[in-house]
Amino acid sequence: MKYMLLIYNNPATYQSWTEAARSELFGEVDAIMKELTESGELVGGEGLADASTATTVRVRDGVTAATDGPFAEAKEQLAGYLTVDCESQQRAVEIAARWPDARHFAIEVRAVMQTAGTEA
Amino acid sequence: MRRLAPQVLGALVRRYGNFDLSEDAVQEALLAAAVQWPASGLPDNPRGWLITVASRRLLDQLRAESARRRREVTAAALEPGAGELAAPDPGDEEPTARDDTLTLLLLCCHPALSPPSQVALTLRAVGGLTTAQIASAFLVPEPTMAQRISRAKQRIKATADPFRRPAEPERTQRLGVVLDVLYLIFNEGYTATSGPDLHRPELTTEAIRLAREVHRMLPDDGEVAGLLALMLLTDARRPARTRPDGALIPLAEQDRSRWNSGAIADGVRLITAALARAPLGPFQLQAAIAAVHAEATRAEDTDWPQIAALYQMLARISPSPVVTLNRAVAVAMADGPQAGLALLATLDADERMTGHHRLDAVRAHLLEMAGQPAAAQAAYRRAALRTTSLPERRYLQARAARLEP
Repeated sequence: MKYMLLIYNNPATYQSWTEAARSELFGEVDAIMKELTESGELVGGEGLADASTATTVRVRDGVTAATDGPFAEAKEQLAGYLTVDCESQQRAVEIAARWPDARHFAIEVRAVMQTAGTEA
Repeated sequence: MRRLAPQVLGALVRRYGNFDLSEDAVQEALLAAAVQWPASGLPDNPRGWLITVASRRLLDQLRAESARRRREVTAAALEPGAGELAAPDPGDEEPTARDDTLTLLLLCCHPALSPPSQVALTLRAVGGLTTAQIASAFLVPEPTMAQRISRAKQRIKATADPFRRPAEPERTQRLGVVLDVLYLIFNEGYTATSGPDLHRPELTTEAIRLAREVHRMLPDDGEVAGLLALMLLTDARRPARTRPDGALIPLAEQDRSRWNSGAIADGVRLITAALARAPLGPFQLQAAIAAVHAEATRAEDTDWPQIAALYQMLARISPSPVVTLNRAVAVAMADGPQAGLALLATLDADERMTGHHRLDAVRAHLLEMAGQPAAAQAAYRRAALRTTSLPERRYLQARAARLEP
């Protein structure tokens, strides 16, 4: 079963940290990524540019309106995602709990929809 | 050639005990065969040829390892194999070959591995699929699948389990795992609907091919026959189970003239023979249920009391919430929706079903049968929110919309 781990954080908080604190955090991330790669659970993942650089697009009556900034205005923004293929939601939650952003902000774990299905 | 691969791998692992390196060597021998055979013609004994070439590659590989390792490995692994490099005696080739394939299957489905690893290793080592094919079938990147396979091989190496046929009762238990893995592979392929999953029906074909092979090796095993029959009877419905756009068609609405009658005849023959002589098991019961469905020319001709009785037996020998769910449908069709709903109510307190969409989906269906459209609609909607399958969500939403007052 595939799960997406949506990583939320507050960029302002990160900026207020010391370089050493940030390096430690990156080290933790590297360790988890290595472990997930070796276990064959890592499907993919990307970090996203700061939400302030986002463009939000809406089309109304055929007219496109592109506005600067993220869809949802909040202090915590979607900073990246990780897709894992693992045995259970419980295991996905376990992985999320080890990601450093979970300690300071939050990780949202969502199952990925499959195109397979069973007829009733 | 793909059929020979597991036999060659089995022979190599039996001789040298090194699964990891043997697998590489077999791949190289197959590659050599693909290059040489078209030019030089098929050798008299293709299996013997492949074993000889693969053995040479394996020995080269082992020699290339570090000096320390070389001393250990050659001393331990090469001695007993040295005399066997000659072409095998053609007289005993077949039983040995079959033996090796089965032993290899038991090894790939080792209980120390997780089910995804068992599946990946079986498809790679016994099915002969490439890592890229397996990755594409499971919709994961190739490096992810490569990692899973290499980890599974390491795990097998670490369990220090020699390449031997397990003795009873372990053997029956291990064979049970093999059957579960083959059924898992089958379902991965069967439940695929459309779109990006075009590779996945290959999994169904491969699972059936492997089940056939196991059945050939163990013709008297009722569960092996039951699994093969279940796969054939289920797969027979494939042409009728989806619309061209991938939407699911429920069993009751399928165009039964599109069912594969050849596969149904095969499946019915297999399960009938197995039920007559082998001890009863869960795969045989599920195959018997599929056979009763297959024998109804129209949905309304389905012998539901018979199916309900078979589910009752299945619930007794192999109880699970999923069996109860399916039994509730059969009971509702045989004795009316209230009887089915009463059976479903026994699952409400079952933790294994908490948040599971199938409970709501079945309840919705039975409530609709019972003439309670509002409650049915609410249950369809709950099920639609909970499923992780896009075609099922679409189907459940459509059912809910149909009940709009």
